[in-house]
Amino acid sequence: MKIIVCAKQVPDTTEVRIDPVTNTMIREGVPSILNPDDKNALEEALKLKDQRDDVTITVVSMGPPQAKDMLKECLAMGADEAILLSDRAFGGGDTWATSNTIAAAIQKIGDYDIIFAGRQAIDGDTAQVGPQIAEKLGLPQVTYVQNFSLEGDKVVVERMLEDGYEVVESAMPCVLTAIKELNDPRYMSVKGIYDAYGAEDPVKVWTLADVGIDPSLCGLKASPTKVVKSFVPQLKGKGVMLEGSEKEMTDALIVSLKQKHII
Amino acid sequence: MAVDVNSYKNVWVFAEQRQGNVMGVAIELLGEGRKLADAIGCELCAVLLGKGVEGLSTTLFEHGADKVYLAESDLLENYTTEAYTKVISDMIDEYKPQIVLYGATNIGRDLGARIAARVDTGLTADCTVLEISEDTKELLSTRPAFGGNLMATIACPAHRPQMSTVRPGVMDKAKEEKGRTGELVKVDVKLADSDIHTKVVKIVKSDKPLVSLTDAKIIVAGGRGVGSAEGFKLIEELAAKMGGCVGSSRACVDAGWIGKEYQVGQTGTTVKPEIYIACGISGAIQHKAGMQDSKIIIAINKDPDAPIFEVADYGIVGDLFKVIPELMKSYDNVEELMAAAK
Repeated sequence: MKIIVCAKQVPDTTEVRIDPVTNTMIREGVPSILNPDDKNALEEALKLKDQRDDVTITVVSMGPPQAKDMLKECLAMGADEAILLSDRAFGGGDTWATSNTIAAAIQKIGDYDIIFAGRQAIDGDTAQVGPQIAEKLGLPQVTYVQNFSLEGDKVVVERMLEDGYEVVESAMPCVLTAIKELNDPRYMSVKGIYDAYGAEDPVKVWTLADVGIDPSLCGLKASPTKVVKSFVPQLKGKGVMLEGSEKEMTDALIVSLKQKHII
Repeated sequence: MAVDVNSYKNVWVFAEQRQGNVMGVAIELLGEGRKLADAIGCELCAVLLGKGVEGLSTTLFEHGADKVYLAESDLLENYTTEAYTKVISDMIDEYKPQIVLYGATNIGRDLGARIAARVDTGLTADCTVLEISEDTKELLSTRPAFGGNLMATIACPAHRPQMSTVRPGVMDKAKEEKGRTGELVKVDVKLADSDIHTKVVKIVKSDKPLVSLTDAKIIVAGGRGVGSAEGFKLIEELAAKMGGCVGSSRACVDAGWIGKEYQVGQTGTTVKPEIYIACGISGAIQHKAGMQDSKIIIAINKDPDAPIFEVADYGIVGDLFKVIPELMKSYDNVEELMAAAK
C-alpha cells in the first residue's frame, strides 16, 4: 500500500512580524516549521505503517530549497521517501496553480492508495490545496478528518462539522485532509534523525522538467487570483484604563456602560 | 484559461442547508450579496441544493434573493463533495454567474475549493471585506493572512466566476422582508450513483447545546488566566448574570478546559457582540482577529502590558478572580450606582 503525504514548510505564524513600511513579512528570526495539520496527516500514515508491513510513505512538498529541512523531519519521523518540488517556475502560485503542480507530481509518482494532506497551512489558512489536488487527480475527498480507519477496500472516517461530525465511507484511492483532533504526532526517532540528517542528503528534488508540467499551468503567472494590495490591520484605538480598587473600577465601568445605554 | 468576463452576470450565494435548515451564514451572504449586486446593477441569486427543500426558497426570497436556483434529488439529501460540485459546476457553466459566494463552513470550504478547481477559477478564502471596484466592477476580496498579521486584497481579473468564502458572523444578516417573492428556477439535476464515491453513513450532532457565539449580544470569554476548567465556572456565572454566552481563547481549548465550539479567534468563531468581556486573555493577534469588531470590549488582565488592552474600550488591570465577583456586585447595584452618580 502506497501512501502519499502532502506537507508544507511554513513560518511559525505565532512569531510572525510584519514590516509596517513594506508590508512584507520579516523572515529574520522567524522559525520555519512543518505545518501542524500536515504533521497530523503524516502521523496517520505512520500509524498505518505501524500496523501493516506493506505500507510505504512518500512525502511531497512544494517550496524553496530550504524546505528540505522540513522534509528531513518527516523522514526522521518515519516516512520512507521525500520529494521536494522546487523550481522558480512554481513560485508565487495560488491554490489553483499550486495544486496543478502537486497533482502532476503525484501522478508521476503514481500507484497510490491514499493521499493524506493537512486541512490547511497556517500561513495561508485557505484549506483549498487538498480538495484541488483531489479534483485534478479525479479522486474522492474527505476534509476535516478527525478519525480514520481502513475497512477492506475502503476508508471509513469521521469528518468534523461545526455542530458534530459525520461518518463517511470513501472508495480508494482518495484524498483525506487531517485536523489536529485526528492524532498526536510522534517525535522523530534517534535512528531517523541519524539517517535523515546524515552525510548523504536523502531528499529528492524535482524541478519543472522532472515534474513534467506545462509551465503555463503553474506559478504566479498561471494563478487566477492576484494580490491587489496588502496592509497591516488597523487596531481600534486604545480606550480608557480604569483605576482604583477592584470595586471602584467595576463600579465606574457599570456606570459608564449604563450612561451610554450599553446595558 | 482566461474567459470572456463580460459574458458572466449576476451574484450567486450558496444557500447552505443542513437537515432542512438554512445556515445563518447564508442569510449573511444574502445581506452582503445584495450590496454587491446593487453596486454592479445585477440580480442576486441563491443556489439551493437538497431533497424536499423547496419550502426554504421563501426564506431566501424574503432575505433579498431575486432568483432561487433549486436543485433537488435523493442524491443531494446529505452533502457530498462530488454531488454538490457536479451540480453547481454544471449550473455555473450554464448560467454563468460573475460572482459566487460560499459560507466558510466546513462544507463551504470543502465545496468552494473543489468547484474552483473544476471550473478553473480563483477562490479567495475566509474574506472579511467584499467590495466592487468602482472602475472595473471587479470583486475585491480582503482576507487575513499569516495568522491575521497581514490583510490582503485579492482580485480575479481574467477568470470567472469570481469566488470567495466568507466566515460566519463576519457580515450582517440580510433584513427580512415578509411576503417578498422572486423567480424560482428548478434545475435539471444530472447525477448518477456512479458520480459519487463517498457515502455519508451517519450524522452525529454534538450533544452539547450549540453555542451560538455569532448571534450572542454579550460574550464573556476566558483565557489562560482562568487557570483551569474549574475557573470557567466564574466566567459562566458572569455570562449568566449578564444574559450572555461564554467564549474562550485557543489556549483554554488546547488545554482541554473547554470545548472547541467556544473558541473565539482566527481558527475559532468570529464574533462581534455588543459587549465582549475578555478575562485573563492576553490578546494574541489570532484572538484579536476574531473579536476586535465587537462594539464594546472590556479587558480584565493582571498584566498591564497585555496586547488585549490595545483594542479594549475599558481596561481593568487586576486578578480576574477578584475583579469578576466585584463586577457582578456592581452590576446588581446598577440602580444605586446611577443614583449616586447623579
